[in-house]
Amino acid sequence: MSIIFKDLVYLSRNYPKAFSFLMVLMCCILPAPAYADGLDTGDTAWMMVACVLVLFMTIPGLSLFYAGMMRAKNVLSVVMQCFTIAALASIIWCAIAYSLALHAPPSQASEAINIHTFIGDLHCMFLNHQDTTALSDSGTIPETVFVFFQMTFCIITPAIICGAFVERMKFSAVMVFTSLWLVLVYAPICHMAWSGDGALFVRWGALDFAGGTVVHINAGIAALVGCVLVGKRKGYPETAMPPHNLTLTVTGAGMLWVGWFGFNAGSQLAADGVAGNAMLVTQLSAAAATLTWLGLEKALHGKPSVLGAASGAVAGLVGITPASGTCGVFGALAIGFATGMACFFSVTILKKKMGYDDSLDAFGIHGVGGIVGAMLTGVFCSPSLGGLGFSDGFTMGAQLIAQFKSVLFTIVYCGIVSFVLFKVIDLTLGLRVGEESETIGLDLSEHEEKGYIL
Amino acid sequence: MKKIETIIKTFKLEDVKKALTEIGLQGMTITEVKGFGRQKGHKELYRGAEYVVELLPKIKLEVVVHDDKAKEAVDAIAKAASSGKIGDGKIFVSPIDDAVRIRTGESGDEALG
Repeated sequence: MSIIFKDLVYLSRNYPKAFSFLMVLMCCILPAPAYADGLDTGDTAWMMVACVLVLFMTIPGLSLFYAGMMRAKNVLSVVMQCFTIAALASIIWCAIAYSLALHAPPSQASEAINIHTFIGDLHCMFLNHQDTTALSDSGTIPETVFVFFQMTFCIITPAIICGAFVERMKFSAVMVFTSLWLVLVYAPICHMAWSGDGALFVRWGALDFAGGTVVHINAGIAALVGCVLVGKRKGYPETAMPPHNLTLTVTGAGMLWVGWFGFNAGSQLAADGVAGNAMLVTQLSAAAATLTWLGLEKALHGKPSVLGAASGAVAGLVGITPASGTCGVFGALAIGFATGMACFFSVTILKKKMGYDDSLDAFGIHGVGGIVGAMLTGVFCSPSLGGLGFSDGFTMGAQLIAQFKSVLFTIVYCGIVSFVLFKVIDLTLGLRVGEESETIGLDLSEHEEKGYIL
Repeated sequence: MKKIETIIKTFKLEDVKKALTEIGLQGMTITEVKGFGRQKGHKELYRGAEYVVELLPKIKLEVVVHDDKAKEAVDAIAKAASSGKIGDGKIFVSPIDDAVRIRTGESGDEALG
C-alpha cells in the first residue's frame, strides 16, 4: 500500500495533469453508493445534527432547567424522570408509537374521514420495514434519520409534563403514565398533525410547523390535568418552596434555547430557505419574550430576575414553534411579545387565582404559550404581515378557525384521555408517594440517593 | 475574665479579626449563625411567588479576655464592625468564672493568653 502511495506522490509531483486524469478515472470506476434517487447529503447532514440538538434539549437541557427550580431534596428525582423518559420513550417510539403516529396507509388520503384520519396503523411496529436505502416522505433524507428526529420530539414531550407534578409523584407512576400516554395521546395527535394528506389537522388546513399542538399544548394540558389530580405539594402555597439553584436553571434554559434551532429549523426536514427563516424567527421570538418578561417584572415587581429571563426565553421559544415555518420577522417579534406577556400572567396571576400547584409551570409556559403561539400562527402567516402564506385558498379568518379547531381538539382529546390515564394509575398503582416520603424528599425515598453530599 | 460575644455582618469578619489581633488577642471562636433584629429579613420573588426570608446569615464571634482588656476589645470590635447601617449587630459582655487550658492544666487568667 505504501509503495502505491509513494508512486502516486511521485506521479502527482512530476505529471500533475496525468495525475488529475487518473484520479477522475478512479472516481468513475469506484462503485457509487447504493443511495436511492433523491437523497441529499446536505439535508441529511443537517438533519442528523438537528436530531442531536433536539435530544440535547431534554438531556441535559430540560433536566437542568427543571432541576434548578426544585428543592435540594428532590433535585435528583426530576433529573431521573427526564433521563429515564429519554430511554423509555425511545423504545416505545420504535416499538409502536412511530407506526401509529407517522405511518400513513394509502387509504388515509381518501376523501371520506376514515380511521387513519386519526391514527396510523401497526405496519411499522419495531421499525420492521426499515432499511438503510429507504427515504422519508420528504424525499431527501433517509427514513432512519426521520424516525430518529421524530423520536426526539416523542422524548421531550412527556419530559415537559413531569414539571407539573414534581416533588410528590411516584417514579413508577410517571413511567407508566408516560408509556400509556405516548401511545394513546401523543401518537394520535402527532398523526393528525404531521402524517400528511388525509390527517385530521391537515384536512382542516391547520398550520403546526414544529409542534405547537403536538408537543406544547399536548404536554401543557396533560401537565395541568396531572397536577390537579395528584394534588398540591404538602404545605403549598403557605410554605416557601424557592428554587434551590438558579444557575442550573439558567444553564438549562440556555441549552433549550440552542437546541430549539434543531427543533424548529429541523422541522423543515431540509437545509433550505424555510429552515433558515425558522432559525431566524426562533431567535427573535425568544429574544422578544425574554425582554418582555423582564420588562413586566421591572414594572410590576421592581426588579428583573434571572428566573424571569429564563422563563421568558422558553415562553418565546414555545410560542414561535408552530409559526416558525410560516411567519416572518415582524410575526416573530409579535409572537415573542404576546407569549411573553401571556405566560408571565399565567404563572404569576392565573396560577395563584386558580390554586393549582403546577410546580415548574409546565402548563403555565408550554400550555399557555403553545395555545397563544398556535392561534397567532394563523395571523402571522399572512403575507401582508411578512408571513409565508396561508394554507391553500385560506383567508385569515378561515386560517384562524382552522387553528382554533386543532387547538381545541388537542385540548379536549388530551385532557380527557390524560384524565382517564391518571385516574386508572391512581386506582391501581397510586400516583402519589406517602406523606413521610414527600417530607424527606423523593431523592432518598424513591432512589435512595442524595443530590448533594456536602 | 470577661466573655465578649458579638454578632456581626458576615463581610465584617476579616476587619474585626484584624482589629482584635492588633490589640494583642490570640484566639477567638466564630460560628455561622442566622437571626434577625431590627434589620428584619428581605423578600425573594420567584415567578410571582413571594417569600419573606426572616432569618439573615450573620457571624457570631466569641472571645474571652482579661478584665482589664475587655473595654479595649469591645471598642475595637465596635469600630471594626460598624458600617453605620441597620443590621451591624450587637456586642454582649458577661463575666466568666474560670478557664482551663487543657494541654497544661493552667487555670484562671493564666489559661487565657
